[in-house]
Amino acid sequence: MKIGLLHSLIRKEEKLLIEAFRNAGVEPIMIDDRKLILDFHSAPDIDILVERSINHSRALHALRLFESAGVPCVNSYHVSQICGDKLLTTAALKDRGIAQPECRVAFTEESALQAIEELGYPVVLKPAVGSWGRLLSKINDRDAAETVLEHKSVLGSYHHSIFYIQQYIDKKGRDIRSFVIGDECIAAIYRTSDHWITNTARGAQASKCEVTGEVAQISIAAAEAVGGGIVAVDLFESDDGLLVNEVNYTMEFRNSIDTTGVDIPAVVANYVINQVKRG
Amino acid sequence: MGECPVCAAEIELAKDAMAGELIVCDDCGAELEIVGLNPVKLDEAPSAEEDWGQ
Repeated sequence: MKIGLLHSLIRKEEKLLIEAFRNAGVEPIMIDDRKLILDFHSAPDIDILVERSINHSRALHALRLFESAGVPCVNSYHVSQICGDKLLTTAALKDRGIAQPECRVAFTEESALQAIEELGYPVVLKPAVGSWGRLLSKINDRDAAETVLEHKSVLGSYHHSIFYIQQYIDKKGRDIRSFVIGDECIAAIYRTSDHWITNTARGAQASKCEVTGEVAQISIAAAEAVGGGIVAVDLFESDDGLLVNEVNYTMEFRNSIDTTGVDIPAVVANYVINQVKRG
Repeated sequence: MGECPVCAAEIELAKDAMAGELIVCDDCGAELEIVGLNPVKLDEAPSAEEDWGQ
């Protein structure tokens, strides 16, 4: 069995996955996206590609071309496209009727300000493409809205002029990250912080969250909405129940193995191997 | 054994170290990438780009 692992920098997660594949009797074939040349026709001789690039744009385009060359990919190009763009994720969740915070999208400063005022303060302005809680803005009033919108328009690339505006949810200092592999929600953690941003990359503390029926149901539904595979779902606990905030397709899990007691890389490796066996 | 390109500290790599791996220099805290194993060569890791993430 030939399992390719697409990577750039090798983080703790990639090392854990390599070890998990080795424990399962498979030596993964490492494919460094920095050295990759693709010709639209052929691809390395592998049975499946496991995508672990740190760059979303490289992952997205590489997956498209690997799939064109007939290589099945985990996650797929479709999943990476949806999850890599918050606007597309919101649309996919909406299509399935999955609960999520209210969102607006606007393309100019003026219309974005109008959308923010209609949604009501506070709101969160996010880049459509981005991760680790970077460049998120919690906007509490009109003064802040005008300032942030102007800065984004003047200083940002065009990408930052697609204004993705999300209703601010008072999540009481924490959110939930659940891990979905195939059709199963295998684990979940709370991410707790004094800051309104609760990414562990920004210092939030991880603790175990029981996978209740409600957590599992909405997590699996969200995963299916974006195309399935191996994803991490970020959930808010609101007064109206759980809301899906984001779905991540190259999930990080180093802080969640000991916390949950679930050997996440081993489950990932077994899932990938079974995908190959099923053909 | 490699040398930190930032502070010149000697860095001993783990037995399972691999090219492309991110490590941190214990002396200066710099984030480094292992770019070669034989001989050991370390570079400063690239800075996070806008589309980096999960």
